Amino acid sequence: MNELLSKYPQEVQRILARYPAERKRSAVMPLLFLAQAEKNYITPQAIAEIAEIAEVSATEVASVAGFYTLFHEEPGGRYRIQVCTDLPCVLRGADRFLQELKAYLGIEVGQTTADGMFSLEEVKCLAACHRAPMFQLQGDGQITYHEDQTLETVRALVEELRARAGKEA
Amino acid sequence: MGQYLLLRHREIPNLHQLDVYRAHGGFEAFRKAVTSMTPADVLAAVKNSGLRGRGGAGFPTGMKWAFLPNDRWPHYVVANADESEPGTFKDRELLESNPYQFLEGLMLASYAVQANQSYVYLRGEFWALAQKLDGCIAELEKAGLLGENLFGTAYHLRLATHLGAGAYICGEETALLESLEGKLGQPRLRPPFPATHGLYNSPTVVNNVETLANVPLIVEHGPDWYRSFGTEKSPGVKIFSLSGCVNKPGNYELPLGTPFRELIFQHGGGIPNGGQVKAFMSAGASSTIVAADDAALDTPMDYESTQNNLNAPLGSASVIILDDTVNMADLVQKTVHFFKHESCGKCTPCREGTFWMNRLATRIAAGQGSEKDVDLLAAVARQMQGKCLCALGEFSTMAVVSGIEKFREDFLHK
Ligand SMILES: Cc1cc2nc3c(=O)[nH]c(=O)nc-3n(C[C@H](O)[C@H](O)[C@H](O)COP(=O)(O)O)c2cc1C
Ligand code: SF4
Ligand code: FES
Repeated sequence: MNELLSKYPQEVQRILARYPAERKRSAVMPLLFLAQAEKNYITPQAIAEIAEIAEVSATEVASVAGFYTLFHEEPGGRYRIQVCTDLPCVLRGADRFLQELKAYLGIEVGQTTADGMFSLEEVKCLAACHRAPMFQLQGDGQITYHEDQTLETVRALVEELRARAGKEA
Repeated sequence: MGQYLLLRHREIPNLHQLDVYRAHGGFEAFRKAVTSMTPADVLAAVKNSGLRGRGGAGFPTGMKWAFLPNDRWPHYVVANADESEPGTFKDRELLESNPYQFLEGLMLASYAVQANQSYVYLRGEFWALAQKLDGCIAELEKAGLLGENLFGTAYHLRLATHLGAGAYICGEETALLESLEGKLGQPRLRPPFPATHGLYNSPTVVNNVETLANVPLIVEHGPDWYRSFGTEKSPGVKIFSLSGCVNKPGNYELPLGTPFRELIFQHGGGIPNGGQVKAFMSAGASSTIVAADDAALDTPMDYESTQNNLNAPLGSASVIILDDTVNMADLVQKTVHFFKHESCGKCTPCREGTFWMNRLATRIAAGQGSEKDVDLLAAVARQMQGKCLCALGEFSTMAVVSGIEKFREDFLHK
């Protein structure tokens, strides 16, 4: 059974409708985003299901998932804090911000906090160079921008997300 | 007409809402085009305006549209909203705050080449913006501005967004088309060009978001009016993304031909902490490093002057300011690391070259490089030039070669 299709029939149809009927392969990336929204990473099962919907081989879907940095093949934290440390941001204090954030979260880049909530990553320019330091937050199927950041603002966000997760549990 | 042609949302509150955009004349150009102009009329207006692509190459937009053959169908228009060049953040502001002007431009381009389905390709990080654009597209369908038999004519048009997923190379138009087809974002061999063999092997126009945002104004006010801004060879206004060591970083919409000095000091408020401007990059991380002497600062920011006077491209006009605290070896380490990270790996000179440049630049920036390493770094960069499949490989060498040439001391004494 194709779980992605049975769980999200409307979303899948809406995605397929954007492309010519004989060009289903174009749906691979939107379907990867859809699949990732659920588990925060791409499972082998999702690869197989997407291959079936888009009528391509699982190998081809896996290579697309592997090529693009926003698709994750390993489970990380529920939220990925992706700090831009590209040139213009570094000229405006992004390195210092990252050091402070590492100390606050108690993890290095590439690691996840013990409660499984946050992974820390460094990324390239996010088109927000005038509002550095900044990061994007990837998780729960969404990507949000957080600009003009300080340790105080990021701490408030982290606490809020932890409190929200506590309530859900 | 206010101060702005593109960043009009700074003067008109809530311009991102369809009713507000329409209350300010929005979609009148599209209505006029579809009901009373032939596609060739629209194309001629854009051609005569002298509009040049704002995505980097500065290619004449009307000429690009005219390349599409009329014996092969369907035609597609794909808007390039990949905006990933370090230092570039202009398309994002347009998409966020003045989305309908951009969409109207995309719709006019579609009409001009008689495309019935067009796409907006956004970098994956613009996930939230894609949601908003989907909302805009739904509003346009509801208002009867997209769909079948527009304004009672035979013309029909649909739009859809498509999200990338984190890959700078997908801004390159053929890699973008591969990505839109659901494949790895790797550039195609050219020829054939997208104009004849683009999306799904069909004739395709790829235009930058800002390029398209100019089109409604040109159709509404005419090419002569548009040419009253900017210079003879670079007509119109341009959004300059100003970043780095400057007091007021941000987007500035100015006529092409405005001098760098005016952007940096008058609009950007000069250098923080009483510092001196040491150098700048005119086109993000892809550009040469320009030593900021008087002649450079007085250079007009248009396609010809920047290239001819400074040997630097104007590109997407992403001006990164470097003050006297910046060591160019550190800077080059950053740009080279970027390109090593973003090389798609398809061709050997770029894949291997960026790998070795990154190793050398990292060693030099750490103060562990010898003079031989510095010369080797420059040599690797020069060897790559002219040998790469797409422009990314070339871009990766620009800061290296110019940085070592103009600021050798920075590399030798870390
Ligand atoms: C490595 C690379 C990255 C590029 N990135 C972008 C981009 O993010 N946005 C863009 O509009 N053009 C980008 N371009 C230029 C496009 O290939 C293409 O020329 C442009 O989208 C054409 O639109 P225009 O004529 O309206 O400028 C890039 C080119 C290269 C080689
Ligand atoms: S030059 Fe670099 S980015 Fe371009 S095709 Fe070759 S490897 Fe890919
Ligand atoms: S360099 Fe960080 S957003 Fe551009």
